[in-house]
Amino acid sequence: MESCPSVKNILVLDSEGKRVAVKYYSDDWPSLSSKQAFEKSVFAKTHKTSARTEAEIVMFDSYIVVYKFIQDLHFFVTGGDDENELILASVLQGFSEAVDLLLRNKVHKKTALENLDLIFLCLDEIVDGG
Amino acid sequence: MAQPLVMKKDDDLDEEEYYSPFLGIEKGAVLQEARVFHDPSSTLGGAARLSPSFYTSSTRGTPSPRYNVIYPHLILVEATEVFFATTKLFQSKDAGLRRMVYLMIKELSPSADEVIIVTSSLMKDMNSKTDMYRANAIRVLCRIIDSTLLTQIERYLKQAIVDKNPVVASAALVSGIYLLQTSPEVVKRWSNEVQEAVQSRSALVQFHALALLHQIRQNDRLAVSKLVTSLTRGSVRSPLAQCLLIRYTSQVIRESSMNSQGGDRPFFDFLESCLRNKSEMVILEAARAITELNGVTSRELTPAITVLQLLLSSPKPVLRFAAVRTLNKVASTHPLAVTNCNIDMESLISDQNRSIATLAITTLLKTGNESSVDRLMKQMTNFMSDIADEFKIVVVEAIRSLCLKFPLKYRSLMNFLSNILREEGGFDYKKAIVDSIIILIRDIPDAKESGLFHLCEFIEDCEFTYLSAQILHFLGNEGPKTSDPSKYIRYIYNRVILENATVRASAVSTLAKFGALVDSLKPRIFILLRRCLFDGDDEVRDRATLYLKLLGGEATVGETEKDVNEFLFGSLDVPLVNLETSLRNYEPSEAPFDISSVSRETKSQPLAEKKATGKKPTGPASALSGPVTTVDASYEKLLSSISEFTGFGKLFKSSGPVELTEAETEYSVNVVKHIYDGHVVLQYNCTNTIPEQLLEEVVVFVDASEADEFSEVASKPLRSLPYDSPGQTFVAFEKPEGVLATGKFSNILKFIVKEVDPSTGEADDDGVEDEYQLEDLEIVSADYMLKVGVSNFRNAWESMDPESERVDEYGLGVRESLAEAVNAVISILGMQPCEGTDVVPSNSRSHTCLLSGVFVGNVKVLVRLSFGLSGPKEVAMKLAVRSDDPEISDKIHEIVANG
Repeated sequence: MESCPSVKNILVLDSEGKRVAVKYYSDDWPSLSSKQAFEKSVFAKTHKTSARTEAEIVMFDSYIVVYKFIQDLHFFVTGGDDENELILASVLQGFSEAVDLLLRNKVHKKTALENLDLIFLCLDEIVDGG
Repeated sequence: MAQPLVMKKDDDLDEEEYYSPFLGIEKGAVLQEARVFHDPSSTLGGAARLSPSFYTSSTRGTPSPRYNVIYPHLILVEATEVFFATTKLFQSKDAGLRRMVYLMIKELSPSADEVIIVTSSLMKDMNSKTDMYRANAIRVLCRIIDSTLLTQIERYLKQAIVDKNPVVASAALVSGIYLLQTSPEVVKRWSNEVQEAVQSRSALVQFHALALLHQIRQNDRLAVSKLVTSLTRGSVRSPLAQCLLIRYTSQVIRESSMNSQGGDRPFFDFLESCLRNKSEMVILEAARAITELNGVTSRELTPAITVLQLLLSSPKPVLRFAAVRTLNKVASTHPLAVTNCNIDMESLISDQNRSIATLAITTLLKTGNESSVDRLMKQMTNFMSDIADEFKIVVVEAIRSLCLKFPLKYRSLMNFLSNILREEGGFDYKKAIVDSIIILIRDIPDAKESGLFHLCEFIEDCEFTYLSAQILHFLGNEGPKTSDPSKYIRYIYNRVILENATVRASAVSTLAKFGALVDSLKPRIFILLRRCLFDGDDEVRDRATLYLKLLGGEATVGETEKDVNEFLFGSLDVPLVNLETSLRNYEPSEAPFDISSVSRETKSQPLAEKKATGKKPTGPASALSGPVTTVDASYEKLLSSISEFTGFGKLFKSSGPVELTEAETEYSVNVVKHIYDGHVVLQYNCTNTIPEQLLEEVVVFVDASEADEFSEVASKPLRSLPYDSPGQTFVAFEKPEGVLATGKFSNILKFIVKEVDPSTGEADDDGVEDEYQLEDLEIVSADYMLKVGVSNFRNAWESMDPESERVDEYGLGVRESLAEAVNAVISILGMQPCEGTDVVPSNSRSHTCLLSGVFVGNVKVLVRLSFGLSGPKEVAMKLAVRSDDPEISDKIHEIVANG
């Protein structure tokens, strides 16, 4: 699969860095604790920046993470360090816009949790197995 | 059951205060509610709300070990139960709920016997009229199905691939990609359908079809190449598919360039046309592909760089990041090509996104020339205060390499480093700065005084004990050799008054080193050391007492001046591990502990090597010699501990290990060549890889008949070589001093084999003599040359006696490229290329290479090589040598003439 663009994970976290919905596609994080550690470090690195209007990007530990904040929800898309950033950005764009549509422009945590089924469906439609 | 542990209770999250309908799901409750599914009359809304709760609990739960331990089988049963409950939901007509069911099945990945139950439902869905159902059913089915069932549905899948609806077609193609891993032969039969799908109008289908088609053919290079050729003619419209195509194209280019050298790159035009694409994604992918081509010329690079430059000023951070990252990579190989972008890049230094700013800075540092350094430094001072530590470390490293590149600029760079050293920062950051300064001091002699001074300032208020101790040690080695050592004393003694015990102890040692080397300071040091005698810490007092006695010449340890210095500066010549065990075994008695009784034989070679590399430069010799450690200290120690070799004088050079056996043979042997002025010692590192054998009396029989000037003087056999623990045997040769003796040696490993019982580990008493042919070994002229770099070649060149210069011209014949010729000459001479002149710009017609080194007998040699291409691939070379000894200059010419 080396030359196919691939997404390593998609995360939706709340304003305190807790999980709302996550989906992992690669084996880089085999256990639950390593996943949570990754989420924590991503959140710690990004929560100070503002990515309200435009998607931002950060690179660490040989992953590229593009992220965007909408209200109290934080959307992240992670890829490997040789990935085309713009493809990741378009995945993020597609995902966050879809969620926006699904939740009828009321994107915040409460509605997201109430419509978690829709978000999971949306994740499933966007990326199939990475 | 693939994931039996996924059903977990969220009890840890129970206490969370904030509102969530799915937190605090009790597993019992979930199971209870699952029964609702059995009731067809239950409201759809309720079931729809319930099913995500399963999904949540299966994906986001925090582990509850209690449950897992007590009821592992129960969980398994429960998952099955939930699964069956879920299947009931197939009766429902609600679209959203149906899709949730698909998701559930995928997540639970039921086992084979359960698959059958859902397969029929899914197959029905596959042929239903609703496209949404069909697409999803295909994907789910392909995830859970095994190969026998696959043949049944293959027909439907083939149809789906060419389906009118893009969603269905994509779903089938994606499933194809997945199935290719489990049952490739089935998917390969779909080739025609997939090919048709590539021509589809829908962007998504095109992308997936291309991906699948490539994967089907990925093992067949010719087919991939054909695929790329046909598609680059321009039927692909989807941006994603184009990105993919670019990747495949660059892959094909890479493979084809390996086969055929030179000529035009076949698909370059395509890549270039992609740079003009509407989609930024494609532009970036193409630009990146071009920059990553190996041996790319600057003409090819220019369009890509221009495009990236435009992206640099984009309002989107992601675009800026992507562009700057690509340029950063280019900058390390083709710094000149990127200089056009410098102005845009400088504006990025103040970018909001710190990742972009850091990348911009490091790129600028890579591309910068001497004149721009000062300006950059000024900008960076503002910038440094508001980025995170890890970025600062990156910047510090970039500055260090910049400083090594432009030694003349050390003043502003050193100032910058010392400024940032004073600011707030974590340990790693400070350590990076201190290491940089120390390296700069070692490599740029002019920078020494100011660098040491900055370090002194730093330890005045340094909160890190480790760094203080390191700096004090370094000061002790370097400080006494400066023009005015006395000014450092104040800083050091301040440490004795103000710091904790560890720092005090190292400060005392440093003081003693000053005392030993600078006679004029000795009386003052005595006074200071005496004050330390009243210190509260044992170690500090002990050290002070010891050094006082030593310097006073009263102690038995240091009889003469030389011994004192050796004691202070020399490193411990016994392995620390052995010393520790010996000390543990030592029992208090009349006889004093004798350090010479400690075994000097290192337990295993790797350990010793690790120690040598991990060690901070200790002795003055290694501190002066620069980044390339001249003589591996552990080898020197090892050899000096062998009585046969003590008369050979000082070890000049040790080569890296040369393998004499193929990998994975019975016995693995490598050899290290140790060069002395008049001798050569061959150290054979042997490893026995057969557990059933014990080797004894291992010796290497060396036939030197093809190397006339060498004669064997000594050989040290290895008494026993058990399984998997490396041992060494040595052979020593005498050679005429000052003559470049070269030759070829053939080696035979001789030994006595004894059988070992693997269960008990005991060896048989009688063994059999055996021998083992090793590969030949050559001693070449490069072995007599030490790679020692000089920081400023021009100065060094001019300070050499022009009388010693020897110039001659050579024709090197037809060569692959200029770079290949340069590398060949460098490896024949075995010298250190200076100022990065070993890198030849890929399209140049001439090149000048500067080399420096030390020849056996400690003769410094500088070489200036001028290469030129005359005619097609015909390389000519002008060689100018200066050295301390004109005879050596002649010899260098001799080497080149013969080589």
